[in-house]
Amino acid sequence: MRTFEYTITDNEGIHARPAGELVKVAKQYNSTVLIGRDGRMVDCKKIFGIMGLGVKKDQVVTFSIEGEDEDQACEAIRAFMSTNL
Amino acid sequence: MYEFNGKSVFGGIAIGTVKVLAKNKSLVKRLHIEDSENEIRRYHEAGLQAKEELQQLYEKALKEVGETNAAIFEIHQMMLEDDDYNDSVENIITGQSVNAEYAVATTGENFAQMFLDMDDDYMRGRAADVKDISERLIRILSGESSGGSESGEAAIILAVDLAPSETVQLDKDKVLSFVTLQGSTNSHTAILARTMGIPALVSTDIGEMDITSLDGKKAVVDGTNGKFYVEPEPDVLEELQARQAKETEVKELYETLKGKENVTLDGKKIMLYANIGNIKDLAHVMKNDAGGIGLFRSEFIYLEKQDYPTEEEQFQIYKTVAQTMAGKRVIIRTLDIGADKQCDYFHMDREENPAMGVRAIRICLTRPEIFKTQLRALLRASVYGKIAIMYPMITGLKEIARIKELVKEVQGELDTEGVPYGTPEQGIMIETPAAVMISDLLAKEVDFFSIGTNDLTQYTLAIDRQNEKLDDFYDSHHPAVLRMIQMVVDNAHAAGIWAGICGELGADLSLTRDFLAMGVDELSVSPAKILPIRKIILETNVEEYAKLKEESGS
Repeated sequence: MRTFEYTITDNEGIHARPAGELVKVAKQYNSTVLIGRDGRMVDCKKIFGIMGLGVKKDQVVTFSIEGEDEDQACEAIRAFMSTNL
Repeated sequence: MYEFNGKSVFGGIAIGTVKVLAKNKSLVKRLHIEDSENEIRRYHEAGLQAKEELQQLYEKALKEVGETNAAIFEIHQMMLEDDDYNDSVENIITGQSVNAEYAVATTGENFAQMFLDMDDDYMRGRAADVKDISERLIRILSGESSGGSESGEAAIILAVDLAPSETVQLDKDKVLSFVTLQGSTNSHTAILARTMGIPALVSTDIGEMDITSLDGKKAVVDGTNGKFYVEPEPDVLEELQARQAKETEVKELYETLKGKENVTLDGKKIMLYANIGNIKDLAHVMKNDAGGIGLFRSEFIYLEKQDYPTEEEQFQIYKTVAQTMAGKRVIIRTLDIGADKQCDYFHMDREENPAMGVRAIRICLTRPEIFKTQLRALLRASVYGKIAIMYPMITGLKEIARIKELVKEVQGELDTEGVPYGTPEQGIMIETPAAVMISDLLAKEVDFFSIGTNDLTQYTLAIDRQNEKLDDFYDSHHPAVLRMIQMVVDNAHAAGIWAGICGELGADLSLTRDFLAMGVDELSVSPAKILPIRKIILETNVEEYAKLKEESGS
């Protein structure tokens, strides 16, 4: 299992559009991808779950990725977060 | 006459008949159905059709209002694919042995409520998106055709609320304006309206009145003042008609000039950029077809705050501007406060003569920690577009040498930290007579000049522009200033760099032809002035004009 934390720098936080794009990235991998804030974890392949977290700027999100392709998935998500959020 | 107030989404005036867009909200009945498998199959089929419709809407919106605004329909498609949403619908169908329509309606309400409960305006607004997709599914399930097909003449659309998909489906030629009772100025619908350029009002205070009673009545929307008049009195109507005629005239001129190159009859080109003082002005920049941003007054970031803005805050703003302008030049002027622009938290000492005091680059060079924060943000943001940095209030080479040292320091720090950054062009404002007189020397040190005519005129004529008593002595076209501009342009060209004007004089339409004749390379003006200036450029033959001027001896 791979985990990492990321602090949101985008002014608008994870709003609808980046949430949708994050889902697209997560769905490319077979691994289970969870995203959470303050201990509440949701499935990163579901847009409503991510939007429901209501993540804002300067908040820290945690990713937990498990499965055969967890290394690749972890890198792809990390790259997505740092360029977009 | 009824007079209602609403929040303006987009200015302009629309006069026409009201068309009430009542939601054909099919009342969803709860039906007991044993064959859950069949209901789930119907649900999946409706989902596929909904996605197809949304794809078409996305493509339509992409063409009409651009990618950023079209993205909402892509998000709607993703919402339809969301497992939680689908599981909920299927669980209700099987668990309660009910029809698909009812299961979708219940799920839609639950998910919308989840958003409504969030402590964030933006997320609360997303409840409308959930309702939108749910209503789409219900409509397909109940076999109704998609709404929004307009017939007859163009009208003012009045509705309780409009979903983004409804707004896009409206035939633009049949819509003069729209007025809604609900909705926020930040809703997707409002953003779409702005992009389409239709006068629009949201949160209109029609109250308990049945809006269908207004259907077919003559009405006027004054988007500029947030007014909605139904059956207006003759004098109100007349006044608004006159304003509308004027606006239409200007708008038509604009439309014909959009997308055209700024080139004179004899082939001379000039760059026409926009001055902005706030990130909100970007929409006007795009709307008026500016070739870039010639003056981004970064001080607004400081003036709007109670404390020094952080590097990250600044970086986000510069990045947004650079990305929005998508490769077009964005000239950001570094902090220019002092004199008439003061920030309390800078704790500046009171000065006898602030116009000639500690201001602009002088503050930056005496407080390098503030300056370096801004430089770091600018260098980092340069990765995202064509940013150029412009330093204000330069009087000599020493300042430039000191600035270059600080830029080098910042680059070194970013290198050590492994933070990516770009190499923006660096130019200076020419707004002191000193800078004009040594512009030949300055030109060898920088990438461009931009002449700040407001301060240059004030310092050259020794006239405080705020002092009304000096109006008789003030001449904005003073030959001393015009000669200075010529000198700066010539010295810039001799050193192979370009020179523009970003002060108010640049937007003076009576001088546009003179600036062309002088060889000025760029004019940076308020967005609304771009197209009127373009018109003059397109109609000018510079060589003939210069000859004429010479012959008349002026």
